[in-house]
Amino acid sequence: MSGAGASRLDEPAVDLQLALRHGLTEGEYELLERVLGRGPSYTELGIASALYSEHCSYKSSKVWLRTFPTRGDRVVQGPGENAGVVELGDGWVAAFKMESHNHPSFIEPYQGAATGVGGILRDVFTMGARPIACLDSLRFGDLSAPRMRHLVDGVVRGVGDYGNCVGIPTVGGETGFHRSYDGNILVNAFALGVCRREQIFSGRAAGVGNPILYAGSRTGRDGIHGATMASESFDAESEAKRPTVQVGDPFTEKVLLEACLEAMRTGVVVGIQDMGAAGLTSSCFEMAARAGTGFQLELERVPLREPGLSPYELMLSESQERMVLVVERGREEAVEEVFRRWGLEVVPVGAVTSGGRGVIRMHGGVYADVPVAALVDQAPVYEREALPPADLAARQAPVVVPPPTDPASALEALLSTPELGDKSWIHSQYDSTVRSNTVVGPGADAAVLRLKGTHFGLALTSDVNPVFCYLDPREGGRQAVAEAARNLACAGALPIGLTDCLNFGNPERPDIAWQLRECIAGMAEACRALDVPVVSGNVSLYNETEGRSIHPTPTVAMVGWIERLDLDAGTCRRGVFREPGEQVVLLGADREELGGSAFQRLLHAVEQGLPPRVDLLAERALGTLMRQAFSMGWVRACHDVAEGGLLVALAEMTLARGLGCRLRTSLSPLGLFSESQARAVLAVAGEHLDVLLATAERLGVPAMHAGEVAGEELRVRFEGGTVEAPVARLHAAWRAALPRALGL
Amino acid sequence: MRAGVVVFPGSNCDHDVYHVLAHVLAQPVDWLWHESSDAGGCDLIVLPGGFSYGDYLRAGAMAALSPVMAAVRRHADRGGLVLGICNGFQILLESGLLPGAMLRNRDLRFSSRDVHVRVERNDLPFTRCCEVGQVLRMPIAHAEGNYVHSEAELDRLEANRQVVFTYVDPRGALDDAANPNGSARAIAGICNEAGNVCALMPHPERAAEAVLGNVAGLWLFQSLLAGVAAGVGAGAAEVLR
Repeated sequence: MSGAGASRLDEPAVDLQLALRHGLTEGEYELLERVLGRGPSYTELGIASALYSEHCSYKSSKVWLRTFPTRGDRVVQGPGENAGVVELGDGWVAAFKMESHNHPSFIEPYQGAATGVGGILRDVFTMGARPIACLDSLRFGDLSAPRMRHLVDGVVRGVGDYGNCVGIPTVGGETGFHRSYDGNILVNAFALGVCRREQIFSGRAAGVGNPILYAGSRTGRDGIHGATMASESFDAESEAKRPTVQVGDPFTEKVLLEACLEAMRTGVVVGIQDMGAAGLTSSCFEMAARAGTGFQLELERVPLREPGLSPYELMLSESQERMVLVVERGREEAVEEVFRRWGLEVVPVGAVTSGGRGVIRMHGGVYADVPVAALVDQAPVYEREALPPADLAARQAPVVVPPPTDPASALEALLSTPELGDKSWIHSQYDSTVRSNTVVGPGADAAVLRLKGTHFGLALTSDVNPVFCYLDPREGGRQAVAEAARNLACAGALPIGLTDCLNFGNPERPDIAWQLRECIAGMAEACRALDVPVVSGNVSLYNETEGRSIHPTPTVAMVGWIERLDLDAGTCRRGVFREPGEQVVLLGADREELGGSAFQRLLHAVEQGLPPRVDLLAERALGTLMRQAFSMGWVRACHDVAEGGLLVALAEMTLARGLGCRLRTSLSPLGLFSESQARAVLAVAGEHLDVLLATAERLGVPAMHAGEVAGEELRVRFEGGTVEAPVARLHAAWRAALPRALGL
Repeated sequence: MRAGVVVFPGSNCDHDVYHVLAHVLAQPVDWLWHESSDAGGCDLIVLPGGFSYGDYLRAGAMAALSPVMAAVRRHADRGGLVLGICNGFQILLESGLLPGAMLRNRDLRFSSRDVHVRVERNDLPFTRCCEVGQVLRMPIAHAEGNYVHSEAELDRLEANRQVVFTYVDPRGALDDAANPNGSARAIAGICNEAGNVCALMPHPERAAEAVLGNVAGLWLFQSLLAGVAAGVGAGAAEVLR
């Protein structure tokens, strides 16, 4: 191909029409021609369409993502690598990231979810960190549809089978249900790993002449981008269409994990990256771009699962459990020996070059010869037109829902919904205790892990309220960050880093672009106010079916740090009343905010009004108070007030041990279900009550001693009556909710 | 006590049991690679949990044929101690070192939760610090823990006192709801006739440190220490209490 023409006789001819079918716009095709100085070959078109995709280029979100705070005292690696890295102390660091696998999971829930877990684990261990925990944030549609139940079952099995086999505990996450996900479910997987600071690796193809090794599974045709174009491919008659969803093999992932971590200790590995989205293309181009180098690949060396893959297919296959390593020239054997001992294939497939070009050869023929930096760094960037939706005023118009005539039955009705019911049917299918670090597992405000060899603890949570984001994306963005920080505070942890999965509809629609821009603005503001840097993240756009978009869902996963875990660290962090006589204190102020609340949505089928206002200073003060209370040893139990409001929060604190409480409040009937932010319930021993109240006053946190833990009944006096609900009855309703909704 | 922890490709509780033996109990521990056919001078060999060889074909089926299992068998034949946990239990069944087989859990789902087991005998090196009838809370995490054998063989197991751990409710009573996987006769763990090979589905190594909120598993490890190391002996039980 050198010089003259780009077309090859053994590849389809490229024209604008073909480029459009690859998802490029006319402008992007012209940009590609400018970058190349000529028209692209078929393989080059495939490569560019991958690198110009939203997934690789963040072209529709980059302008706004830049506003996130990404620096901080603890930040070792911010966005741009395979995972973000923060300092834990004593030389330890944590690497973490969250990624979406929404579309594949909707098509084939088991493999889609499984490979989502696999991909995020590779993103973490490619940094040199050993994965120690996963979270999963799932959103499903209406469970009365049989297909939706099938999706829930498949996703849960997929997440479980993969993580369980690799041996990484799934310690938490969240599961939500809303009709806006009927046509697009969300599967967001988070993983965190730890290592010593000096053990961090980077995805850099540095050192001209260094060999590029391919390790792990063989390459097949699964997940090839643009498999819809099978009819375009050169030998269409011979190629059966393959499912576009990748197929995972967790056993191979497990041995790949061990082999990679061991190989990194040989001192020979220069750079390493997994083959995730867009496979060999994104790994090689991104690694070379980071190092400012070029590379050449000899594709006939790539181990194949089936014969006859074309260069185009080889560059775009998303076969799972594959890694690219750049190693020191002449010392390859040390790394190769490790992979072979773990029973994995490892072959040299190319080399790092100077001159900054990516050259793809097969059997001597050149199929691509493109400038790396220009293609990666000059990928298109758009500031999409962003306009509020036409019906915004109607969405936000105040609406009055009738107060509950019987708050106890309203509470029971809320606990009977899959949204607020017990999720143990899901998380009991995930191994949550393997690696023996789990201090607090699924079901609490935040999961808590110990870090072996230190006295540190780590707290993990993932949060977002899509209804709030739908009603007011900026407030919803603030709320997602604030709630995550509050959940960490309820484990006594200091937030030290954040990763996100921004799930939205089609950004080419101005109202969706507006949602994206506003959510990011709200998140960025809250991150600044609460001192939480964003260190990694992922964007999933075009979650839309037949013109109907999902609710904006900027999932936030946040990592917290606990300076010292005491021997009974777990018991006070489960959010459960433990003994009669514990004094119950309500922290924060209620403002009777029902807009977008569970009460409004689940009991009155209304989704309207302004969501609760987020007071970031109040959140900050509450967090400070909670951490002080934990470090002083005052906390017997605590739980944040979130979806469902105070009554639901109190009920949740009674369920695990069956201990009730007797409280007095001055709330209105609606106030019992209001979702005002910056609130928590705290139980302390009587001897610590006064000092807690005094500390709260000093920090400016509204605090009211409301009563004590007692009996087997939830008794809450409010303005105009008393809620009386037997805990056993609430427990039965809560336990049965999800299995019943799934028809089990 | 010198322990060896076997590492199959796909073992994933190997680090956890190593941690308890080496760091919590301060004992010397060796890794035993699956291709090795030498178990060295170990007093105890642990077959850890996980998904050896991906559990492809059948849980434990391929691991049972690996070179290291020949060494484990020789060790057992000489009277050496072998402890199988979860996948290790499945491997010991597949290799014939323990009788019976595993079916998928009766609800056909992976189950991760705390269970209670009752110690049925304390005249074994694995349980000598425990009381008969003592109830231990430990986590399970498996999809194939539904122990099965013929009625005649189950009778024989019981007659031989080879049932070591039984799933019970927190008070120690048999209750079908407390049986997490449908195991025949609520069997959670068994031993061989000689009493030197023992396996269970729950994970004692995940319940052996106060910070994790549960030290029930230490009863097993301390029993092994007491059984192996002269001098610790009966004192270990007192220390634990």
